[in-house]
Amino acid sequence: MSETAWMRKDLLGLEDLSREEIELILATAESFKEVSTREIKKVPALRGKTVVNLFYEPSTRTRVSFEVAAKRLSADVINIAAQESSVRKGETLIDTGSNIEALKADIIVVRHSASGAAAMLARNVSISVVNAGDGWHEHPTQALLDIFTLKEKLGRVEGLKVSIVGDIAHSRVARSNVWGLTKLGAQVMVCAPKLLIPPEIEQMGARITYDIDEAIQDADAVNVLRMQFERDEGAAFPEKLEYFRNFGITQDRLKKAKSNILVMHPGPINRGIEISSEVADGLNSVILEQVTNGIAVRMAVLFLVARAHDEKP
Amino acid sequence: MKNHKLLIKNGRVIDPASNRDEVLDILVENGRISKVAKDIKNETKEILDATGKIVLPGLVDMHVHLREPGREDKESVATGTRAALKGGVTSVLAMPNTQPAMDDPGHVKLLKEIIKQTAAANVFIAGAITKERLGQELTDTAKLKKEGVVAVTDDGSSVDNDDLMLRALKKARSQGVLVVCHCEDKVLAAGGVVNLGLTSTRLGLRGISKESEYRRLDRDLRLADRSGATVHIAHVSCKESVGLIAQAKKKGIKVTAETCPHYFSLSEEAVLGYDTNMKINPPLRGKEDVIAIRQGLVNGIIDVISSDHAPHTENEKDIEFERAEFGTVGLETMLAVAITYLVDSGLLDWLGLARKACLNPAKILGIDKGTLNIGKDADIVILAPDKEWTVDRQGLVSKSKNSAFLGCRLKGVVEYTLCAGKIAYKK
Repeated sequence: MSETAWMRKDLLGLEDLSREEIELILATAESFKEVSTREIKKVPALRGKTVVNLFYEPSTRTRVSFEVAAKRLSADVINIAAQESSVRKGETLIDTGSNIEALKADIIVVRHSASGAAAMLARNVSISVVNAGDGWHEHPTQALLDIFTLKEKLGRVEGLKVSIVGDIAHSRVARSNVWGLTKLGAQVMVCAPKLLIPPEIEQMGARITYDIDEAIQDADAVNVLRMQFERDEGAAFPEKLEYFRNFGITQDRLKKAKSNILVMHPGPINRGIEISSEVADGLNSVILEQVTNGIAVRMAVLFLVARAHDEKP
Repeated sequence: MKNHKLLIKNGRVIDPASNRDEVLDILVENGRISKVAKDIKNETKEILDATGKIVLPGLVDMHVHLREPGREDKESVATGTRAALKGGVTSVLAMPNTQPAMDDPGHVKLLKEIIKQTAAANVFIAGAITKERLGQELTDTAKLKKEGVVAVTDDGSSVDNDDLMLRALKKARSQGVLVVCHCEDKVLAAGGVVNLGLTSTRLGLRGISKESEYRRLDRDLRLADRSGATVHIAHVSCKESVGLIAQAKKKGIKVTAETCPHYFSLSEEAVLGYDTNMKINPPLRGKEDVIAIRQGLVNGIIDVISSDHAPHTENEKDIEFERAEFGTVGLETMLAVAITYLVDSGLLDWLGLARKACLNPAKILGIDKGTLNIGKDADIVILAPDKEWTVDRQGLVSKSKNSAFLGCRLKGVVEYTLCAGKIAYKK
């Protein structure tokens, strides 16, 4: 691979990244993956650094994954669940960010319900910001770990056919995956009920189908999104069982797919809604490997942004 | 100030009322234009050399949120009118979405008092169509008119109830009051914050469909037709709206329309990056809409350029995009954006620009402004047409700095603005 330097203090989304930058993160993650298999699961790469997980939305898996990643790099980790903090008293995101910066933290990992929140924070602090999901916009580390898993399992990304199934309109995971996969030369198809496909997504490089069988027919992998029925989108949402009947990934449906199709899911799973238990726990599922890979990918991201920040003149 | 005289020498005088575009002198006497001719003898010591400059009637901006009374943290009559003068605007129509709203003659009286004491330019007042602009109960437009309002509008909201809107239009017709329509179906707008399309998809933000604008416009045009009222369509932003207005005009419906500088200069791509100064309602639309708006201006479907000056504090803009207020300030940039995007590109000549920004809005509002005819108030702008400048926060005199044009390089610098014959602004 050609020598690409990582120059960004922040990771806000995959739309902004070049193919080379994405490949650099994946390569860095590959070298960090081994750390988690050691008896002493730690390297000193971020010793003396402080990582603040600033989460404005409830999240267990992403927050824990970032925490584990930071700790395996020997960083100190602070978790702020913003619902409980001064945010309740009306502090703005920018003020909160400035306060974290004043504590001499090095990296803010932020999860926020507003699209663009991570970018806004990054503009207003000089320390690194890593987007752990902003509204419907992007969730870059999730897409990176999805792509890492694809590459690990299938040996390449270029030319792969990947289908993303579920609530595309309200999904940051879908958006980040579309950007990342298309930049790496994969063919992406999105599949959902019509009202859950956002307008003009073809222009982002994805094909659209409303037919689940078409989506999985030739696919090398299917990435199944969590259906968030708790969302207040009213009429756009189908009824649960209807959704499972028309779009749920079942063993029966997989019979029409490639025998080695990878089944992915960003979690947490709604068993019996977007995916059957049989499939989630079956041979094609790589759902738990995604979780493991998430640590390596997040280690890579934290490492790269911290180094870029330190090397800035 | 008895017998005060001022002579503007040698400027290229643009006056659409007399269809004049030639190098002339203008003599101002006691606040009025007394002579417009070649080589007027130096009758006074007060001479403004306008050689190489453009001389326009003071602009009439019929869509301005001065925010007073109630939100003086955003803007006031004093600061807003000073911003106006800097942008060559000598008359503004103040929108009624103040706190309290201009739904009662008493409130109008109060505002008139504030204007009398603090305004640096001419301020005309728009009253509300419904009480508290809630779309439920009509205001007493006859009384509002008597108190001096020149139009009524619930701008910021549309009157959702068809029957109520029809009654409002019938009333307005019988009383000879202009109705300014804010065309937005809030249900169809669906809580959106940017144009619905690729940009909303890329940004992961709720989209505002064009239907939410043009379907409400369609309703308002039908009701105008039925009632025979005269309506003016505020802030037209999309292609379909231009088409509907063209049809309505052809049909003989008494309708005029305005657009704003941001709709003929910026498209939705400007929002990428989540710049909240680009969060405007109606939203910045697609490229084909921008082209349609420009064509609408050229072929006369759109009669007026107004700013929709919408000042907001930093606290209301420097937050998450979906929480930020809608709107951009515009008084100080309207003329330069129009010069840069319309005159400089050859779409409009100077007379055309002066029609859209001076004469037409004055005619629509029925006010004796927007012309350089003899005997009229000497509201005059002298500008350097080729001089370029960059919009920056520090340079803005508006109380709020939320300009969609920050950082933009624009052409055309106002050097003098005269209001009733006095130099009210000097660069």
